[in-house]
Amino acid sequence: MSKSYYDASDLRKFGKITEWNEELGNKFFDYYGKVFEEGALTAREKSLIALAVAHTEQCPYCIDAYTKDTLQRGVTKEQMMEAIHVGAAIKSGATLVHGVQMMNKVNKLDG
Amino acid sequence: MATKSLKARNNDIANTSRQLEILSNGIFADGELPTFAAKIKETNQFPLRPKKLEILQINLGYMCNQVCEHCHVDAGPDRKEIMTIDTMNQCLEVIKNTGAHTLDLTGGAPEMNPNFRWFVEEASKAGIKDFIVRSNLTIIRANKKYYDLPEFFKKHNVHVVSSMPHWTRGKTDKQRGDGVFDKSIKALQELNAVGYGMPNSELKLDLVYNPSGAFLPGDQMALENDFKKALKADFDIDFHSLFAITNLPISRFLDYLIASENYEDYMYSLVEAYNPAAVKNVMCTNTLSVSWDGNLYDCDFNQMLNLKVASKVKHISEYNEEILQNRNIIINQHCYGCTAGAGSSCQGVVA
Repeated sequence: MSKSYYDASDLRKFGKITEWNEELGNKFFDYYGKVFEEGALTAREKSLIALAVAHTEQCPYCIDAYTKDTLQRGVTKEQMMEAIHVGAAIKSGATLVHGVQMMNKVNKLDG
Repeated sequence: MATKSLKARNNDIANTSRQLEILSNGIFADGELPTFAAKIKETNQFPLRPKKLEILQINLGYMCNQVCEHCHVDAGPDRKEIMTIDTMNQCLEVIKNTGAHTLDLTGGAPEMNPNFRWFVEEASKAGIKDFIVRSNLTIIRANKKYYDLPEFFKKHNVHVVSSMPHWTRGKTDKQRGDGVFDKSIKALQELNAVGYGMPNSELKLDLVYNPSGAFLPGDQMALENDFKKALKADFDIDFHSLFAITNLPISRFLDYLIASENYEDYMYSLVEAYNPAAVKNVMCTNTLSVSWDGNLYDCDFNQMLNLKVASKVKHISEYNEEILQNRNIIINQHCYGCTAGAGSSCQGVVA
């Protein structure tokens, strides 16, 4: 076993998940590939969304993959940083908006 | 930013046999990744053979006014290898009789060869149909004596192909040197002013994009759209097509890959993106490369690795198209650069 939970070279082995369940693995990769195709959104827009979500999910493999993918699509580092701020804003907003629940409870218990 | 070539810095990588050693050892020697020969054998494409010769690519010298980060030529102001008029005359003899329809002049900065204009005029008289000059753009602004290059190109209906790594200043200057972006923009505007790159213009102006780091180029069409939109909106610049070219792991780019510890990952990316359909149209199948000293190569990259054609005819002075076309193309692991994804060549994607 490797000494750490994450190993950068494991990303290359992602495709191997089909070896233990070919049907579901293939269905997943077909779906995944289809999602990122050019559609109502451009492949570049989708890649930037993926980069932001990679950060909110804190998935190191996804961060590696979509940093590279956005670079390949000509995205600048300023655009990449703005994208992950969008993710961070939603994350912190999601925390803070629960403050209303806390306020409601305080008002009920101690109003 | 480097200001000297690897050669002038006595860098280990300047030695071509050292580069070939790196490309043959490590992950390829221990079988972790298949060699390029093994890979093309899978689809019965080994040995790689030339098809009809279409393009004669002549390197007029390694001297350049720029020292770009990833230059596969290791070009720069300190490089003194320049094609002589004698070798040019030998090339002209070949141009008169070749079946190739396109003459592709490259360097270094080909315009820095003192006999560049004479050579273009003579080759023009010899009746080449398509005439490409790979101009780095900044040369047009480098010195007064080059200011009239756009007019000169126009006079000979030269097809101008120029490197432009990004539509932003930051990314361009990081790769090609401080001030390169502004000068390139000015040069593009001057080319537009004489009619180059304008919609429906016969004066062809194409741009070449290559990635600024250890990653592959994205979709050529999408990048072309992004470049067109940004250059038009920001600088009112028009151009025809964008060629997306993959950086090959040789020379300065190989040095960068190793120093930044990206070499193995980059080779994995190239091998993973291998596309057998691209092999059919790799540029070595329709191009011959001539070096500043008249030697013949399968492509510009093999020239930089000092891998001369596997033929009895190895020099422009003994040129014989029939004998040359009956050869096997020399391949090594760097060839994965031309077969990744949609493929890559001096004319952009091939598949």
